[in-house]
Formats: sequence, structure tokens, C-alpha cells
Amino acid sequence: MTPRLAIRAAMALALGVPAFAPAAHAAETIDPVADKAAFQKFFTDKFPKLKREDFVNGPYSMNEDLHKQWQEKEEFPPYEFSLEDGKQMFTTPFKNGKTYADCFPNQGIGIRQNYPYFDEKEGKVVTLELALNRCREANGEAPISYVKDEMAALTAYMAFTSRGKPMDIKIPNDPRALEAYRLGKEYFYTRRGQLNFSCATCHVQSPGERIRAEVLAPALGILNAMPIYRSEWSGMGTTSRRFITCNSQTRAVPLNPQDDEYRNLEYYLSYVSNGLPISGPGARP
Amino acid sequence: MRTIAIIAVLLIANAGTAFAASEADYKAAYATAEAANKEAGTLRNQWTTTASTLAAAKKAGDAGDFDTAVVQAREAEALAKASIFQANSEKQRWKDMEIH
Repeated sequence: MTPRLAIRAAMALALGVPAFAPAAHAAETIDPVADKAAFQKFFTDKFPKLKREDFVNGPYSMNEDLHKQWQEKEEFPPYEFSLEDGKQMFTTPFKNGKTYADCFPNQGIGIRQNYPYFDEKEGKVVTLELALNRCREANGEAPISYVKDEMAALTAYMAFTSRGKPMDIKIPNDPRALEAYRLGKEYFYTRRGQLNFSCATCHVQSPGERIRAEVLAPALGILNAMPIYRSEWSGMGTTSRRFITCNSQTRAVPLNPQDDEYRNLEYYLSYVSNGLPISGPGARP
Repeated sequence: MRTIAIIAVLLIANAGTAFAASEADYKAAYATAEAANKEAGTLRNQWTTTASTLAAAKKAGDAGDFDTAVVQAREAEALAKASIFQANSEKQRWKDMEIH
């Protein structure tokens, strides 16, 4: 953590005041369209030289040297093996002869940009990872771990088939969907853990700054690159893994993968990145 | 002078025993900390440091080191209470961070 961040966090916790306090509250009303516009403007104003679509490259978009590293990595991307595994898993029939393709619209190809979605029957957000495990269970297969290689491989393949397509998350005219969105927003901005950090502390207040050797990614487009190969992990990671790790890093006890809070968070963060291209699978330092 | 010295020795010895924690002290302190951490759990806001400090308290208690166990349990209780305070205050404070 940089001394500046550490001081800001410590002072905020000690004094009980926000380290970053815009003038007025806009949280009383739920207006996703206005939220998205304000969210995207905040980042494009903060980084005026950056093209909007480049935000999806996370820390690699934040400075020229890192951008060069990213271009070099993309020649022999570290997620390539996972992508191949994912394609094989996706096309291999279950014991009953069906495949993942049978569970998804358009046979599961080029649909990543529509996840997560709000399921009006269930009244909850359904993420791609959750839909994949539900597909397995519906076809008599055991669910797989949300944080390990197989899930990362499957979502990597599905993301790859959507590369370049703009994120397109819908919020239906259903008060439950709006509430899920609102709760996701609340989770994003809520400080937690002994370090008193929210998601926004790093990814809104401090993108481009360093925490130790890492350059923080902007929140805008942060999920468009999922899943990611992280050099720090020496492997692939899903969105679930990313949320859990973020919580642990603030010294908060993580929730279970696909708990409602994480599903709502994914819904909110994906919606405010609508229009930015899917770039997953990605690679990160 | 001799009387004063004897009294001083007795007072010091007594003070020493006053700070020595018993198993009952440890169990009470641990239960209080655990209850506070449980409350943080209902608020979906437990801290990893509370869990590790509770574990340290239990380890010391199991080893019969009740002084350390009580200190650790009280530390865990303080951490749990801080996490409860954080969860409650953030119910409104999160709005201050919102982009708009």
C-alpha cells in the first residue's frame, strides 16, 4: 500500500469520516442510466487521454510501459492453455449426451456480454458462473468450484467468443431488479475489513496508483476482462475468485462464491460498464 | 522500615495474583468475543483479524496460558466491536463515496 493510501485509510477509520466525500448524496434514488453516465464520465475525465474502450485493459491501460508489457503478453497470452481447456470442456458432452451449449441462448456462443442478467422468475441476479453450474446440475453433473481452473477455463472460452462485443446488461422494469442493482452499488462503495477499504477505495479513488508493486485497475470495464490470468496467482481466476481475494486483502472475511452480495455487485459493476467491449480472458500482473 | 518492606512485598505479591487470569476468566472473555464476532457475522462484516485473534486466544487457552488467552480474547472482542461499528456506520456512509 502506498503511504498516501495507508494514511487516508487510517485517518478515515480513526476519525470516522469519509476519505473521499463528493458534495451531495445521489444514492437516495435509483437511476441506473444516470449512474452509468456519471460513472463513465468520472473515469474518462480522470484519464482524458485514454480511449474509452481501453479501460477494459485494467492496469495495462494506466501507463505506457505497462501497456507495452500487455501488448507483448498478448503475443503469447498466458491464458491460452485455459482457453483451449475451456473449449474442450464446453464441447465435450455430459454423460447424458447434452453439452453446455444446450443450456444457453445461441448455443452459448457470443453471449458473455449479457451476463449477469436478472432472472424475473427467480427474482435474483444470475451470473455466467452460476448459470454454468446450474447447467451442469440440470444435466446430472456435479457443480465445479467457482474459484478454480475449470470454471475459469469455461468462462474464458465463453468470453473469448464475445470479444469486442459491448457489455450489454439489462435492468428489467422490476423493482426487485432495481433493488439488486442498488444493493450491488451499496456493496461496491461500502468500506469493510480492518483496513476500512471499499471496492471504490482502490478502483475509483486510486486507479493508476500503486499498492506495493501493483498498479490498481480502474473500476470502469474491470469485469469485461474476466476471467483473468494473474501472474500473482500463477494461474487463472474467475470473477468469484477476484471478489473473494479483494475482500481478504482488506482483512474482511470473504463471503461464499455466488452469495447474493457478490451476484448483485457483479450486476452493478457490469451495468455501469455497458458499452465497453468484452476483452476476456485477460492477463494481469 | 522492616514492616514497610514486608508490607511492600505482600502488596507486590498480591498485585501479581490479581493479574493472573484463571480458566474461568479466559472462558468468559472468549465467549464475549465470540458473541461479538457472531454479531458481526449477522451484519456480513467479520474481519479476518478477529478470527485469527480468536484462534490465538483458543490456542493459548488450550495450552493453559490463561493470561495470554484473556489478552487475545479481549483483543478479538475489540476487533469484533470495531467491525460492528463499521458495518453500522457504513449503512449511511457508503453514499458519501458514490460517483454522481
